[in-house]
Amino acid sequence: MNIAVLVKLVPDSTAVVKIGDDRRYISTADLNFVLNPYDEYAVEEGLKIKEKEGGDVTVVSFGDDTAQKALRTALAMGAGAAVHIKSSGGSDMLGTAKSIASVLKDRGFDLIVAGKVAIDDDCGAIGPMVAELMDIPHVTAVHTLSLVDGKLTAERDIEGGVEVFESTLPALITAEKGLNDPRYATLKGIMMSKKKKIEVVEAESFESKTEVIKMSYPPSRPPGKIVGEGVEAVPELVKLLKEEAKVL
Amino acid sequence: MNILTYIESRGGKVRPAGCEALSLARELADSSGGKSYGLLIGDNVESLAGDVKKFGIDKLILVENPELAGYSPEGYREAVLAAVAETGAEAVLLAASAMGRDLAPTLAARLDAGLLPDCVEAGYADGKLTVTRSVYAGRCMLELSATTMPVVISIRPKAFAIKERDESDLDIGKVNVDLGGKIRAKLLETKVEATGKIDVADADVIIAGGRGMKEADNFKLIEELAGILGGAIGASRAVVDTEWRPHSEQIGQTGKVVSPTLYIAAGISGAIQHMAGMRTSKVIVAINKDSEAPIFKSADYGIIGDAMEVLPALIEAVK
Ligand SMILES: Cc1cc2nc3c(=O)[nH]c(=O)nc-3n(C[C@H](O)[C@H](O)[C@H](O)COP(=O)(O)OP(=O)(O)OC[C@H]3O[C@@H](n4cnc5c(N)ncnc54)[C@H](O)[C@@H]3O)c2cc1C
Ligand SMILES: Nc1ncnc2c1ncn2[C@@H]1O[C@H](COP(=O)(O)O)[C@@H](O)[C@H]1O
Repeated sequence: MNIAVLVKLVPDSTAVVKIGDDRRYISTADLNFVLNPYDEYAVEEGLKIKEKEGGDVTVVSFGDDTAQKALRTALAMGAGAAVHIKSSGGSDMLGTAKSIASVLKDRGFDLIVAGKVAIDDDCGAIGPMVAELMDIPHVTAVHTLSLVDGKLTAERDIEGGVEVFESTLPALITAEKGLNDPRYATLKGIMMSKKKKIEVVEAESFESKTEVIKMSYPPSRPPGKIVGEGVEAVPELVKLLKEEAKVL
Repeated sequence: MNILTYIESRGGKVRPAGCEALSLARELADSSGGKSYGLLIGDNVESLAGDVKKFGIDKLILVENPELAGYSPEGYREAVLAAVAETGAEAVLLAASAMGRDLAPTLAARLDAGLLPDCVEAGYADGKLTVTRSVYAGRCMLELSATTMPVVISIRPKAFAIKERDESDLDIGKVNVDLGGKIRAKLLETKVEATGKIDVADADVIIAGGRGMKEADNFKLIEELAGILGGAIGASRAVVDTEWRPHSEQIGQTGKVVSPTLYIAAGISGAIQHMAGMRTSKVIVAINKDSEAPIFKSADYGIIGDAMEVLPALIEAVK
């Protein structure tokens, strides 16, 4: 099984995000960047399949040089090869997906795994876009996966239920929490990864179809009130919910 | 700007998120001087036409095919593309539901269109479609506009109001699609959760419990309160990770993003990743025994106390 995993570097989920002077992007100074949490599930799934079926896992990241940190993390987890699609930025979703798809296209991957969503842009778009551009089937937000006889069976949550899909290969899936428990990189893994070479490919540039106007902070919630302590506060709470908030 | 709205339906019912999208479509069509086209997809959806009469649709398109009985990205993609070709729509609008999150980027790639996903505001002015969406788990809001047409927009469920208009006669057109061999990722089955249970994504009231509930069994209190208020059960990641509750109930950055009218958080500390999933709730109530818990900063009403004492009292009071 020849597997590609798409990975992205994102600010860690507790980071205090500050908007930059241009009011269009965040200020990246002082931020701690990590592998996107959903991509950890994606890398882990790739490694698990490789361990069972043989083959190799190639991790792929599009972006400026900082993208190599995401690749290094995935290599340390156990990925065998890494491709950095180098770009100086300025791409929108579809542009990024086109660059990735054009690099993956002729490499004969049987399975491509992406994260459900990147926790910075919150789009969840790259996976399905890459699949469509490569003309392969996809299943998104997969939390249960099995591969039998060259086919995959994947389960995903929908509102009030679970959908079960079956797909031929090659295919792309995006990884949801619950798919597996991502391993930590071992010291040996980290040492080994340093010896692995990252292949660098210059990204083609594609026209952007969307434009950022401005970034702002969401309106903060008005300060709430402590109704009281313990069970004595319950009647007052119910009264407030009925009469003031009018939600009961 | 002519807009085509995919009206999501499931199990023979139009989903509320589909009506929200239609309401927005009419507004955008009016402000841009275009038409609002509706689209229903399934094996037999004509019977749903009556449910969407009140949304000022200029024309309703039906794409019916036995292979569209259940969702598949490839089947539904073909159906939407056929409707786009039929109507010449420049914008495709749909709900950012489980289905829409899958379908919107799929369509954008095939239409070579810009994608504006999971928007919470949208408007058309000065010849431009501009939207607002949340990024960095709700810590920032991003305003974006489409620089080319076509464009695909998905909207966050419950972020836009349903606005009904006077009923009008619907102009209905049918479009056929040939799906022979096109669906490689096939839906085998849909497992529906126990009937009567409301999904957090659809709920107007959510009662959520965290590690402060102490043990899985204490969620009986949450279930009881949810039952009385007609609400859904939510959970923090801490209790999903310990397997007290299923992942389908998890609220937050790695769970579901919800905007109910009332969100009651019991024994939840209010970590940033949890808040990311529920900070847009209309009213937040927190029950926590630690007066310093961060959740109190974002809650409209707070009770400092033991959830195992406060919840039974609350259940009695609302019964
Ligand atoms: C990448 C990433 C993604 C994450 N995604 C999510 C997510 O999607 N959703 C999510 O929820 N978390 C998420 N988390 C985890 C998050 O950081 C917190 O760890 C988690 O939300 C804590 O859950 P909790 O509030 O139930 O538990 P705790 O933080 O342990 O808080 C328990 C609370 O209960 C109170 N308490 C204790 N006993 C009682 C009692 N008897 N009565 C009343 N109150 C009591 C305590 O005072 C405390 O405030 C994520 C973390 C990371 C790193
Ligand atoms: N720049 C990128 N390089 C490689 N993979 C990416 C990149 N951006 C997004 N992805 C993949 O697509 C998934 C969803 O990202 P997004 O569509 O940005 O929310 C991520 O979890 C990654 O697997």
